[in-house]
Amino acid sequence: MTKQLSNVVKGIFIMVLMVSYGHTFAQPTTYSGPQTVLIKNGLVKTITQGDLPNTDVYIVNGVIQEIGQNLSVPSNVSVIDATDKVVMPGIIDAHSHLNTVSTNEATSPVTAEITIKESIDPNDVAMYHALAGGVTTINLMHGSANVIGARNATLKLRYGADQFGLQFQEAPQTIKFALGENPTRVHGQGTGVQPRTRMGVERVIRDIFDDAIEYDRKRQEYLSQKAAYERRPNRVSPPVPVAKNLRLEVISDIIKGNILVHCHSYRADEIVMLVNVFKDYGVENYTFQHANEAFKVAPELAEAGANASVFSDWWAYKFEVYYSTAYNAAILHENGVNTSINSDSNELIRHLNHEAAKVVRYGGISADDALAMITINPAKQLGIDEYVGSLEIGKHGDVSIWSADPLSIYAINEMTLVDGQVLFDRAADAADARLDRAINYDQSYKDLQAQVSEEVRGRQDDACMEDAFILFESGSQMEQAHNH
Amino acid sequence: MNSKKQTRFQFCGWMVVLTFLFGFTTLQAQIVEKPEYGTFIIENVDIYPVTAEVIKGGVVVIQDGIIEYVGSNVKPDLTGDVKRIDGSGYRLYPGFIDSETQLGLNEIGAVAVTIDAAEVGSVNPEMIAQTAINPGSVSIPVTRVDGVTNVVASPVSGLVSGTGSLIDLYGYTPEAMSVDQRAGVYINWPSSGKRGWWDSRSDSDIEKDYKEALDQINELFNDARAYHAMWEAIESGDLDAQPAVNAKMDAMRHLFTQEARLVVRVNREKDILAAIDWANEQDDLSFVFSGVSEGWRVAEQLAEAEIPVIATALVTTSRSSDHYARPYQNAGLMANAGVHVSLSTFNTENVRNLPFHAGYAATYGMGVEEALKAVTINPAEMWGVADKLGSIEVGKHANLFLVDGDPFETTSNIKDVFIRGYRIPMVSRHTQLNEEFLNRDATN
Repeated sequence: MTKQLSNVVKGIFIMVLMVSYGHTFAQPTTYSGPQTVLIKNGLVKTITQGDLPNTDVYIVNGVIQEIGQNLSVPSNVSVIDATDKVVMPGIIDAHSHLNTVSTNEATSPVTAEITIKESIDPNDVAMYHALAGGVTTINLMHGSANVIGARNATLKLRYGADQFGLQFQEAPQTIKFALGENPTRVHGQGTGVQPRTRMGVERVIRDIFDDAIEYDRKRQEYLSQKAAYERRPNRVSPPVPVAKNLRLEVISDIIKGNILVHCHSYRADEIVMLVNVFKDYGVENYTFQHANEAFKVAPELAEAGANASVFSDWWAYKFEVYYSTAYNAAILHENGVNTSINSDSNELIRHLNHEAAKVVRYGGISADDALAMITINPAKQLGIDEYVGSLEIGKHGDVSIWSADPLSIYAINEMTLVDGQVLFDRAADAADARLDRAINYDQSYKDLQAQVSEEVRGRQDDACMEDAFILFESGSQMEQAHNH
Repeated sequence: MNSKKQTRFQFCGWMVVLTFLFGFTTLQAQIVEKPEYGTFIIENVDIYPVTAEVIKGGVVVIQDGIIEYVGSNVKPDLTGDVKRIDGSGYRLYPGFIDSETQLGLNEIGAVAVTIDAAEVGSVNPEMIAQTAINPGSVSIPVTRVDGVTNVVASPVSGLVSGTGSLIDLYGYTPEAMSVDQRAGVYINWPSSGKRGWWDSRSDSDIEKDYKEALDQINELFNDARAYHAMWEAIESGDLDAQPAVNAKMDAMRHLFTQEARLVVRVNREKDILAAIDWANEQDDLSFVFSGVSEGWRVAEQLAEAEIPVIATALVTTSRSSDHYARPYQNAGLMANAGVHVSLSTFNTENVRNLPFHAGYAATYGMGVEEALKAVTINPAEMWGVADKLGSIEVGKHANLFLVDGDPFETTSNIKDVFIRGYRIPMVSRHTQLNEEFLNRDATN
C-alpha cells in the first residue's frame, strides 16, 4: 500500500516536471500530419518547369493542388506570404546517416538481410537542423564497411513523428553497396576474410549474386511443389524443403530490379567493375555514391544509365580520393550523367544549397542545373521523383522558402514545410529545438577539437564507417568512435 | 651479348634519353606551371583595400614583390618591362589568411606516413611546423587559386603541440614560403568536461585529469619564465654562467620576448573562462584563443580580456540544445561584443573554403565589412604582420587576388592570384583533372 502510494506520488511528480518543462522551453513544432496551406506571391522555382514570378502554391492535405498567380482559396486556409522570397522544393539528400542509431553491421562482407529501418533515432535534433537548411527528404544509409551492406531507409523529416511515421511510404527499397578501401580494410585487413583487394570485392558480389539466382530457382521450385502437394496431398509426394534465406532473397530482389543499389565507390576502375557486373546480371537504375573518380569514366556511366551522387568538394581525406576534382559533378553533368550533390554529414546537410552553388563555381553549370542536383536529380536516384523533387501539381507539399536566391551565400532559409506543414519557421524558431521526449536523454556536447579531429582523422574514412572500427585494436578511442 | 639482348639494351638506352627529353617536361606540366614575376600594373580595377575606402576603377602597381602604388586612375610613370592587366569588371582584394590549418603538414588524412602535424610527446614547443612544410603539397595550389594566399600551419598533438608557422602559399622551400616561422606556440587547453559522447571518463577522472594538466601548464610556464630570466641575465652580462641549453625552454623563450603568441585552443564556456583567468595571471605573454566554439556565451569577458580569437563558421552545434545557427553566429556575436576575431577553416585540403566561412559569418550577424577584416587585416594584426599582409597598401607584400564579383559568393570566380608579386598560374590538380576529363575521348 505504502509502495503503491509512493509510486503514485512519483508519477504525479514526474507529470508535474514534464508539464513545467513544457512551459519552460519553447518547443519546436512537431509533425501532426498533412496540412492545407497557401504559399502566396513568391518567386517559385519549380525546378522542372522554370521560375514563376509572383506565383502562389496551393497545398491541400499535403499535396500540391494548384500553382498559379492570385489563386483563390477558401477563407479558412492559412496563408504564408512569400513576397520577395524564393520558393523551391524541399532539398533531398541522397546520402545521409543523420539519425541512425547504429550505422554499420560490420560483421560480414554481405549483410543484405539487415535493414536500417530498424536503426532510426526519431528523437535526433539533427533532423531539425537539417530542416533549418531546407532539407525535407533523406536517404538514411547503412555504412560502407560491407561490400553489400544493409537496406537503407528513405525518410521524410517529419520532426516529431516516430520511426515509422518518418518513413517515406511510397519510396522503393534501396540498398547500400561499398567498394574499395572500406570493405577491404574492415574484412580483409581487419578480420582476415575476403575481400582484402578490389579483386575480392568483385568476387564477393558475383558469388553472392550467383548464390541468390541458384537459391531463388530452388526456392521457387520448392514453393510450387509445396503448393501442388498441399492441393493434392494424397497424390503428390511432399517436396524436400528449401529454407527461406532472407539475405539471398534480398539479393535476388536486387537482380529482379525490386531494390535500387546505392554504391559507395571512389576509383574509376571499381566503378567500371560494378557497371560490368551489373550488365552481366541485368541490374539497372543504380547510383554510385561519393564516386570521386566518376568523372574519369563519365561516358561509360552515361552509356550504362548509371547515376552519381557526389560531394561538391571533399577530397584527399584518404588515398582513394587523392586524385579528385571539385569539377566532378560538372563533368558528370556535361557528359549526361544524372548527378546529385549529397552531404554524408550532419554539417553539410545544413547548407546543401551552398554545396550545390559550388558546382556553378567549379564547372560553370547553370543555376537551374545546380538546384536540380539537390532536388529532382536525387529524387530520381531514390525512385521518388513522382512524388517530390520539384514543385508540380500532384507532388508532395515539401517546400523551402528562402530570403534570396538559394545559391547565394547570403540566402537564409526562412521556412521549411513537409506535407504542407511548417516544421521550420525562422521567425518563430525555438532556441532549443530538441523534442520534449528527448530533452533529458540527449545532452550531448561536442567541442570544436572533437569536430576538427573528425575532419582531420575521421574524415579519412568518409562519413560511413561509424561502428566499424571498433573491430580494430589499434587506433585511439576517438578514432574508433569517429569513423563513420 | 646476343643481338636480342643488344636490341633490348639499345632500347633501354633510348628510353633513358626519351625519359630525359620528354618525361621531364611532362612531369613539370603535371605539377604546376611556373608563375610570372616582374612589374605588373593592374588597371581599371575596383580596389578593396580593407583598411581604406573602396577605389572604383583604380590602379595598383606591383614591383619587386611589393605593392608599389595604389590610386585612382592616374597612371604612374613606369619604364621597362611592365605587364599590364586589365582589371575592368573585377575587384582586387588582399589575399585571405587562414590562421589555423595543417596545410603543408598533412597530405592524405588516412595515410599516417603523410601526417606531419602530430609529433609524439606532451610538451613540444620546439617542434616547428615550418621545417615539415611540404612546398609540393597538392593541396597548396588547390587552396591559393581560390584566393587564400596565407595560412598558419600548426601542430596539433599533446598539451603543447608545437610552434605554428605563418606561410605564403607559394615557394620552393619552406624558407621561401615563410612569413613568420614562430607565429605562435599552440597549446590544447585541458578540458574540464567530456569532449564528446565517446569520452568515457568519470567525472572525478575528468576533474583529476584537468587539475593535473593545469598543474603541468603552470609548472612549465614557471620553469620557462625562470629559464628566460636566467638567459636574459647571462646575455646582459649580469650573470656569469654556462648552463646547458634546453631546446624546449629555448622555444618557450620566444613567448616571453613576444616574438611568438601563445595560442590556446579552447572551446567550452567553462574552459574559456578558466583560460581567461589563467591568461590574466600571465602578463608577460601575448595570447590568442583558438576554436572558441562557445565564445558567444562569454563574448563580454573575451572582449574585456582583450584576447584575439580564431573562430570558424561551418561546423555543427557544440550542444544538441544549441540554436541551429549558433555556429554561423558565433564569430559575429563575439565581434559585436568587441572581440578581435579572425576566421579559419580549421582544415587542410579544403582551406579554399575560407571565403565561405566568412560569407556565412557575414550573413548571420557579422556583416560583410567585419567578416572581410576577419580574413585579412585582423589575422595580420593578430600575428604581428600588419606591416606586410592583410590590406592593399603601398609597401605591403603583393599578396592579392582579382575576382569577378563578391569574393564571399560561392558562384564568383577568381581570375588572378599574386603572392609576393608572383602571378600564380591558375592551375591545380582540380583544374588539371577537369581539363583532361571534361571532354574525354569516349572511345579510349
